[in-house]
Amino acid sequence: MTGAALDPTFTALPHRSLGDAALERARALGVSHADFRFERVRYQHLGVRDGVLQGAADSEDVGFAVRVIHRGAWGFASGVVLTPDEAAAVAERAVEVALVAAEMTTSPVEIADEPTYDDVTWVSAYEVDPFSVPTSDKAALLIDWSERLRRHPAVQHATASLQQVHENKYYADLSGTRTTQQRVRLQPHFEAMGTDEESGVFDSMSSIAPPVGRGWEYLTDGGHDWDAELAEAPELLAEKLRAPGVEAGSYDLVIHPSNLWLTIHESIGHATELDRALGYEANYAGTSFATYDKLGTLQYGSPVMNVTGDRTVEHGLATVGYDDEGVATREWDIVRDGVLVGYQLDRSMGRMKPELHDGRSNGCAYADSPGHIPIQRMANVSLQPSPDDVSTEDLIGRVERGLYVVGDKSWSIDMQRFNFQFTGQRFFRIEDGQLAGQVRDVAYQATTTDFWGSMEAVGGRDTWVLGGAFNCGKAQPGQVAAVSHGCPTSLFRGVRILNTTDEAGTR
Amino acid sequence: MTSTHGVPAATPQSLVEHALATSVADDCIALVRDRTQANLRWANNTLTTNGVMHGVDVTVISFVHQAGGTSSGSVSGSATTQAQVSALVHAADAAARAGSPAEDAADLVTGDATADWDDAPEPTDIHVFDTFAPALGEAFGRAGAAGRVLYGFVSHEHVTTYLGSTTGLRLRHVQPTGHYGCTGKNAALTDSAWVGGATRDFTDVDALAMDATLAQRLAWSARQVDLPAGRYDTILPPSAVADLMIDAYWYAGARTAHEGQSVYSRRGGGTRIGEQVARPGVHLFSDPAHPGLEATPFVTASTSDNEQSVFDNGLELRRHDWIADGTLTSLLQTRHSAGLTDQPVTPYVDNLVLEVDGGTGSVEDLVAGTERGLLLTCLWYIREVDPQSLLLTGLTRDGVYLVEDGEITGSVNNFRWNESPVDLLNRFTHAGRSVPSFSREWGDDYFSRTATPALRVPDFNMSSVSQAR
Repeated sequence: MTGAALDPTFTALPHRSLGDAALERARALGVSHADFRFERVRYQHLGVRDGVLQGAADSEDVGFAVRVIHRGAWGFASGVVLTPDEAAAVAERAVEVALVAAEMTTSPVEIADEPTYDDVTWVSAYEVDPFSVPTSDKAALLIDWSERLRRHPAVQHATASLQQVHENKYYADLSGTRTTQQRVRLQPHFEAMGTDEESGVFDSMSSIAPPVGRGWEYLTDGGHDWDAELAEAPELLAEKLRAPGVEAGSYDLVIHPSNLWLTIHESIGHATELDRALGYEANYAGTSFATYDKLGTLQYGSPVMNVTGDRTVEHGLATVGYDDEGVATREWDIVRDGVLVGYQLDRSMGRMKPELHDGRSNGCAYADSPGHIPIQRMANVSLQPSPDDVSTEDLIGRVERGLYVVGDKSWSIDMQRFNFQFTGQRFFRIEDGQLAGQVRDVAYQATTTDFWGSMEAVGGRDTWVLGGAFNCGKAQPGQVAAVSHGCPTSLFRGVRILNTTDEAGTR
Repeated sequence: MTSTHGVPAATPQSLVEHALATSVADDCIALVRDRTQANLRWANNTLTTNGVMHGVDVTVISFVHQAGGTSSGSVSGSATTQAQVSALVHAADAAARAGSPAEDAADLVTGDATADWDDAPEPTDIHVFDTFAPALGEAFGRAGAAGRVLYGFVSHEHVTTYLGSTTGLRLRHVQPTGHYGCTGKNAALTDSAWVGGATRDFTDVDALAMDATLAQRLAWSARQVDLPAGRYDTILPPSAVADLMIDAYWYAGARTAHEGQSVYSRRGGGTRIGEQVARPGVHLFSDPAHPGLEATPFVTASTSDNEQSVFDNGLELRRHDWIADGTLTSLLQTRHSAGLTDQPVTPYVDNLVLEVDGGTGSVEDLVAGTERGLLLTCLWYIREVDPQSLLLTGLTRDGVYLVEDGEITGSVNNFRWNESPVDLLNRFTHAGRSVPSFSREWGDDYFSRTATPALRVPDFNMSSVSQAR
């Protein structure tokens, strides 16, 4: 799967001795379940503005956590002092929290069974650890990007940035599972900004390159054509600044994967998280219209809609070998032929709904740091392409009056995942099956099932792109997760388009 | 940086001193944050995930004078031993040596040790809920018996910050942050209500009162009214106003405004500082000493960007008026951006107050003065749509109520809205008294220290209907 090996500076850390101390202390206190996570997560952010390195920051989060089930309640505690005595003390604090919670827990906690994995390792697919590349080289690349963008007269300011993460986790529990894992992810980005001298209108044009679960080779091996995108962006910005405002109304949309991934994330990914459907996110992130009673009957979208959950796809941001409850990951169906057939869940929900996925978790527990408790987080949720060889040009050719949408920008959806509004980087008019220049100030607004029900066709495998995000927020206390979404270019009929200038009341 | 685990934890002050003594750069700043948190979370009338956390984060910023200026390097990490801090220092020194001159370079802030420098961190723990937790258990019982379902979260955090520099600064600050929020639903899950707020110590949070308020709000939903999209006379409670004003504040960077990229940009160049951007009598300000909203009184910056500079670490923060009597008076400035824009230095402060001259009374008073309109509870999933107008989109959530002849007469479906908070400050017709408030959208994780009034806006743009309940 990968040319990378476990980082020896992680394996040299005292994760095993701390885990043993914590689990033994929890066992002695009589818990029914205990698990231990030791994590080291390294981050580096570089930001360039107008050819100058504006900020560079390295950070590293090292610590451990103990989670227990005791007297039917969860208890959780975390610490950063890396001694066996402190690990045992943190286990005691977790039990203390469980005792407080037990007084108010009316539904005893149980978790689904999972086979034991005895000291297994997993490393994600990458070639070059970005942290092994000199920071000066990375800064030079970003500076070059911003300077190339600024050579065009339409570009007054340009930014470029690079987020990098290197994540190691060790998991152990009282049943005997021990997993050690490592993965890397990258998010390069650039943006060109300009103002039209005549109208005074300001706008920007960003990269549509997706973040990836890959190494530094993403910037160098041709997996994304950075040169072409850097050359194209300024002229696209210039055209956008001169473009007319869209006329609000109903349009057919051909949506590129660089925009559609985010609509999938918000209206399918979050809506099919079982913790939301069961009410466990009601106070914060919200619930879901896709309630459990609708499993197997909800017409989520048109018959060409097939969606999978997958924590195994190569280079996926949510891809991992074992989740944060020691569950081996897999792929499964969420929507088949337009009908809701599956959910994303963890071990406690697997126990609550034993009829789902053979009573097992499908590996969707994740904590973003050693200081946070694992919760149900999103798998890589992806829309499957057509088995036929359908190109983006084929889809555009089927539209008489519509818009071709490329790149993501603004996004918002309600707390049950019905009503959403998205904008994009660029919107091209489609007239009689041909692209006819950009329009601006566009947002599309719909209800989830109406929108997916209006999907007439999906593109073939050649149009499929694995997009995604670094920054999906959920839970209390808040946690951030990275997740990928693959999709083909797709055709939707009769979607409501707003003019955002009209919405602002400034025209 | 992690080769000597097993050594007992050192004090934060000793970690600062060790960093400053170890660095071989020309100057160095060390920031140590001791962070403790306790929380309870519940859903479906039962506790779900609960925990206590402890972390010690150390940031080392090294500065190296070189040809053409000064470069900096910033490295952060979990660290409780001198060996771990040494590794951070070596990495920061190396980063600074390898860097190019920083555009925001400035003389580091100088000073002495404050009187509380030697004090230990002030932790919190699960016992902060010793009074609240039993009452919450009782609230579960009451709610269950009455056919209500409760979902919520309480959190209490203490962050003790130590900032030291080779220029003599030794600053300490203890920041308590607490908040509570509870959503109530009827048994059929067709009605929803919310109550939430900020607290410094949980002595003022009553779980049973929280449940009683939710019961009252759910009762308002006995009559349900479906309304279409459109512009409505709308009362925004202080929590919703806080949601919107935080965005108005976060997008108030001076540099981006100066470069033409925000609602605070003057068409043709420069910022709108000095322009009337809101109704006369509107005041938006931040003040680290504001009673009840006390916030860190000095700059702490781990990296440089448009709105913060590592060179400004330790700079004293005072009251900054962003909008005074309707006029834009300041934007978020580092010393560097202040030089670019030729404006005073007004860095980010971690609280925000909106006051309106003559604003009196409560939400209930605004309701009493409304012939027909909507009363919102809170806003959700707020995102910027257009930077030049600061058009935001978002949803209403957990209670939109119909007001008729000064009384609440039922509940209304939710809406998606599209509005600009700056524009709203010109269009509102009535304002209440400013009170401590809590942003539903941003309060949990980012910004809990706000004081805002209720506002009545005659033509709030409800762009479409949301079926969410």
